[in-house]
Amino acid sequence: MAAEANAQTSAQAVRRPIAETLRTVFGPLVQLLLFVIGSAIALSLLVILLSLVQLGARPDLLTRTLTILPQVLIDGLVRGFLFSTIALGYTMVYGVLEFINFAHGEIFMVGGVTGAAVGLFLASVGLLEGMNPLFFVLLVVLIGMIVSGTLAVTVERIAYRPLRGAPRLVPLISAIGVSLVLQDVVRLIMTNSPLGFNARYQSPDFGPPIRLFEMTLGDRPVPIIISPKALVFITAAVIMLIVLNYLVNATRLGKAIRATAQDMSTASLMGINVNRIITLTFLIGGALGGAAGALFGLNVGTVNPYMGFIPGLKAFTAAVLGGIGNITGAMVGGLVLGFLEAFVASYLSLFTNGALSGAAYADIAAFSILILILIFRPSGLLGESTTQKV
Amino acid sequence: MALLKLEDVHTYYGKIHALKGISITVNKGEIVTLIGSNGAGKSTTLRTISGLLAPRQGQVLLNDERIDRIPSHEIVKRGIAQSPEGRRIFPRLTVLENLEMGAYLHSTRSVTYQEDLERVFTLFPRLRERVSQKGGTLSGGEQQMLAIGRALMTRPQVLLLDEPSMGLAPVLVEQIFEIIETINAQGMTVLLVEQNALQALGIAHRGYVLQSGRIILEDEAKVLRDNETVQKSYLGLE
Ligand SMILES: Nc1ncnc2c1ncn2[C@@H]1O[C@H](COP(=O)(O)OP(=O)(O)OP(=O)(O)O)[C@@H](O)[C@H]1O
Ligand SMILES: [Mg+2]
Repeated sequence: MAAEANAQTSAQAVRRPIAETLRTVFGPLVQLLLFVIGSAIALSLLVILLSLVQLGARPDLLTRTLTILPQVLIDGLVRGFLFSTIALGYTMVYGVLEFINFAHGEIFMVGGVTGAAVGLFLASVGLLEGMNPLFFVLLVVLIGMIVSGTLAVTVERIAYRPLRGAPRLVPLISAIGVSLVLQDVVRLIMTNSPLGFNARYQSPDFGPPIRLFEMTLGDRPVPIIISPKALVFITAAVIMLIVLNYLVNATRLGKAIRATAQDMSTASLMGINVNRIITLTFLIGGALGGAAGALFGLNVGTVNPYMGFIPGLKAFTAAVLGGIGNITGAMVGGLVLGFLEAFVASYLSLFTNGALSGAAYADIAAFSILILILIFRPSGLLGESTTQKV
Repeated sequence: MALLKLEDVHTYYGKIHALKGISITVNKGEIVTLIGSNGAGKSTTLRTISGLLAPRQGQVLLNDERIDRIPSHEIVKRGIAQSPEGRRIFPRLTVLENLEMGAYLHSTRSVTYQEDLERVFTLFPRLRERVSQKGGTLSGGEQQMLAIGRALMTRPQVLLLDEPSMGLAPVLVEQIFEIIETINAQGMTVLLVEQNALQALGIAHRGYVLQSGRIILEDEAKVLRDNETVQKSYLGLE
């Protein structure tokens, strides 16, 4: 009797509490949501405050600020998710190998070019016109993920694995080399194919912009719209982030990835095949980058071999902003950076009365952040100690 | 019967010749201890057995099969578990997750997994209270318990322990040695590396004395304890 009761209580103690599982999976997502809402509110208040300050001199400023605000927020979300999905590739590889894969921007670019090639192919066989747009998205994302994921794994095998154990600078230089090679190989392929250097990203008709709601400012109605492609981008990114979170935080494989990131040789003592985990890390990061490329190309309408450079650098900034090596941090960093950029791009010229063009200064804003973070808080927004690395 | 056997093993770190021809036999059911001063090559020996280092010469045999050319994650599968020097707990995984990593090669849904977990918690009740705590926040003694528990979760035939008593309070040292004896009494073969030579020789069946990469003495633990050199150099007795 007593023994039985004893066995029962102990069995309960051993089982993982449901609440804990939920916390590990949804905790990071809640954190992400808080940062999104927080930075959206903070930046919105800032621009409203700035327009109130100038109210005496320019009475129409407040209305103009409020009119474009919802659009800026949507733009910020799109940019933010773009940076997040790319930043994950940097941060996961860094978490495991402590190495910055500078070729990751090109992995993203290859995803975009692959999507455009799929569009071109479908158009040339006459299938594109009547295709369901959502099916098309699914197709380009899947193919983009496969091509970019495979490419990332191949690059690791050829260019990084032989250099493991070499001084840190060596694989870094190799990564820069890979990056240049990929740009030029893709350029060679594109210019010698019907795609051309600046390829149009053909897609089925996604329909007119969606009216989300209408707000009234004074007596003027202002419609809030979002393009269907942007909506698709945001939705897809959210799904990917949720799946990745589940994979890393709740599965056996995810635990193995985290263990490998924390202590590679001890992980191998547990029976974890460390090389396989590294391959997997490149596969996941590459696939996310490829999906982001395919979706981004679709969103902007054209792709070229050099399209990965600037988004790659910004995603790297985002990864550093969130604390490099930290998965939740990469998502958070991406979104915060996206909002910042969107606000600078839209409001800078408005507040300086056209003296400074926002679009041109958005890049400067992003990279100033990188420099500031590196100087003042190298461990990033979330820091090392508050949340786990990979 | 020899479960684990090292024959004339030479291991290098680059140009540093750390093991200069080591031969060790561990029989099934024994506790064998490896003692020696700092830098003698004790940890190197364990790392060579578990496959973290490859010997340049000589061989390592488990059940008469060579294992010195296979990677460490395969060696775990064959039945060798190591609790490494300095514990090496995964700091940002919880206690339970650390134990799950020990059971990485087994299904965590199985009944045997639950039994293994139960056995570890019976040996180390402190760990049960701390299942959700991050490994890095455990005290040194608790981390040592976790490292041993995690190694047991791999279901080994041989358990390699690298200085399990390092940095522990005397009471806890006592307790850890008792637990090693308990584990051994349950049928586990143990290869124990220790600075704490007196206590190690107290629970071991046989022992080897290592000095700058060579074995200078080997015998029954009782005999080693009475050996003059051992008493002078390692037991601090005059
Ligand atoms: N990674 C390494 N690179 C170079 N030399 C090493 C390395 N690890 C150990 N050594 C050298 O190999 C020799 C044996 O080291 P080992 O760690 O096996 O000693 P040990 O007997 O475990 O000592 P301790 O009791 O201090 O743990 C030492 O001379 C050490 O300096
Ligand atoms: Mg040692």
